Amino acid sequence: MGLPDTDVTGRSLPQSGAWAKAAREDAQARLHAMGLPGRRDEYWKYTRPDTLIADDPAPAAVFHTDEAPLYDGIDRVKVVFIDGVFDAAASDPLELAGVEIERLETAAQTDIHWAKGLYGTLETNGQTPVARPLAALNTAYATDGVLIRVTGKADKPVSLIYRHENDASDAILHHVVKLEAGADLTLLENGPAAARFNKVLEVDVADGAAFHHVRAQGRDHERQAVTHIFARLGRESTFKSFTMTVNGRLTRNECVIELTGDDAVAHVAGAAMGDGEFHHDDTVFITHDAVNCESRQVFKKVLRNGATGVFQGKILVKPDAQKTDGYQKSQSLLLDDDAQFYAKPELEIYADDVICSHGSTTGAIDDEALFYLRSRGVPEVLATDLLVLAFLAEAIDEIEDEAIAEDVVSRLDAWLQRRRD
Amino acid sequence: MLNIKGLKVKLEDEDKQILKGVDLEVPAGAVHAIMGPNGSGKSTLSYVLSGRDGYEVTGGEATLDDENLLELEAEERAAAGLFLAFQYPVEIPGVGNMTFLRTAVNAQRKARGQDEMSATEFLKVIRAKAKTLKIDADMLKRPVNVGFSGGEKKRNEILQMAMLEPKMCILDETDSGLDVDAMKLVSEGVNALRDKGRSFLVITHYQRLLDHIKPDVVHIMANGRIVKSGGPELALEVEHNGYADILAEMA
Repeated sequence: MGLPDTDVTGRSLPQSGAWAKAAREDAQARLHAMGLPGRRDEYWKYTRPDTLIADDPAPAAVFHTDEAPLYDGIDRVKVVFIDGVFDAAASDPLELAGVEIERLETAAQTDIHWAKGLYGTLETNGQTPVARPLAALNTAYATDGVLIRVTGKADKPVSLIYRHENDASDAILHHVVKLEAGADLTLLENGPAAARFNKVLEVDVADGAAFHHVRAQGRDHERQAVTHIFARLGRESTFKSFTMTVNGRLTRNECVIELTGDDAVAHVAGAAMGDGEFHHDDTVFITHDAVNCESRQVFKKVLRNGATGVFQGKILVKPDAQKTDGYQKSQSLLLDDDAQFYAKPELEIYADDVICSHGSTTGAIDDEALFYLRSRGVPEVLATDLLVLAFLAEAIDEIEDEAIAEDVVSRLDAWLQRRRD
Repeated sequence: MLNIKGLKVKLEDEDKQILKGVDLEVPAGAVHAIMGPNGSGKSTLSYVLSGRDGYEVTGGEATLDDENLLELEAEERAAAGLFLAFQYPVEIPGVGNMTFLRTAVNAQRKARGQDEMSATEFLKVIRAKAKTLKIDADMLKRPVNVGFSGGEKKRNEILQMAMLEPKMCILDETDSGLDVDAMKLVSEGVNALRDKGRSFLVITHYQRLLDHIKPDVVHIMANGRIVKSGGPELALEVEHNGYADILAEMA
């Protein structure tokens, strides 16, 4: 794809005040310099970026369901976006003790803002050694999102809800979360957002702060999404992120984490379940740049009927990052011969006193376990679903909050049951 | 109750005949034992009856109360009242023991056209039954058989049997890997289930299990056939003299 001097994507930069204007122009320049991803890019070897970078999104029918929304029983501050646009009427007041929540669209009009040093900054840090052009595109052209500054321990989660109402919507959202020292926040996300969704979440976790993130990507069959998380972790901080993905034609979730303070902990997990035209790509890059940090990746995929899963996961341990404990697990359960899974686990270690392990497996349902369940009277389809949930359990276990984890499990359970009925 | 006539079975992937015409009838309320040397086909018989893949029936029949077992899926056989206590109970990480049992109980009830058991009722029943088998709450919560000792696994099998209330129970070397105390506990669990409407087929290498679970009839299986049947004294004979005498007698 040729890159004209301006507006590579045919878009124009949103109207902004000084700080956002600078960040957006810088991002536009980065995008120009690196170009859009192409099929020959090594980093896009297993996932075709074509539809993600096309001028217009492929239409995606809105998925209608009568089930209760996810996290329904959980007390939270709801922030609703419809096809990528904040909807104040559908949202709760953006108020939470110890937390400032602002809409990007508004905050971007000011000249001075605390997000100046973060918006696009963590994304920029994450552009080396591997370019992530769609994240730069996001920083440049995102029109909406939230800027969250956490100064204390939030007593309930902030819940970003992405509704999809227009079959042809193309949404770009950019969120920044800044956790001050010792702060604590749980961020929930759910919903398909749009026919095509490009989202960046930048998270700065200061010393001793904790960030928990649980997201469920929408079930609209044809939706496409490319998302990036860029996180920077200070000393003794915690970052835990879990993503559940069921359906969606194309999903590329990148997660880029930098452990910059000693004794920090980062966990990233994902449970994905795909049937038919489903392509799900988890691309993770974790950099250990401090002493005695722990990182853990647990990704599970259940695939059938030609569904495709991709895992590219890297742990980079810098020379001074001694006592690193890095763990990476990526597994797929292929329910038939047509499903495919590509895994590229990578460890690059420059320190000598570290423990790093990775394991990637692809397998079918365990026949012994299946027979055991059936011999107790559990019908084969139900037994298979029990084993599917069991397979995903290790990833779901990464969710610390029990009520949220239960919600996720019961949701998966209900979806599987619908398929059976 | 269980009626097996001329059952011939080979391995599906190999040209190897395992059962060469097994005849066996277990009436309602009876406890029959099958003993026999390694490789005689005892475990194969239990697997074929319960519907495990990998075997091909080349002749004969097996019915449970006139229902042709061999035509049913494994889960249908279970719903029809057949239960196999595994020699090596399978570990299933990620599936809670309680969830597993409730799913199984309700699946069978559904298959039989009965109402599902409510969570509260199920909990009440399982707690009482677990208690007699010395299965604590923690074992019920843990994933199925994961990290269980040999004895715990076998007790868990008996708990499943007690919850599912089958009419035909096959115990495949339930005594293997059990110490004396565990064997006693498991046997008590089995004996508590003895009933005029329920039959047992106890497969074992050793007579000692039959001290605890007293059989009405003992069969000796060798080379894919039942070669001798008799009363409990037959088990004692095997214990004292081994199989050699019996097999020589047959030859």
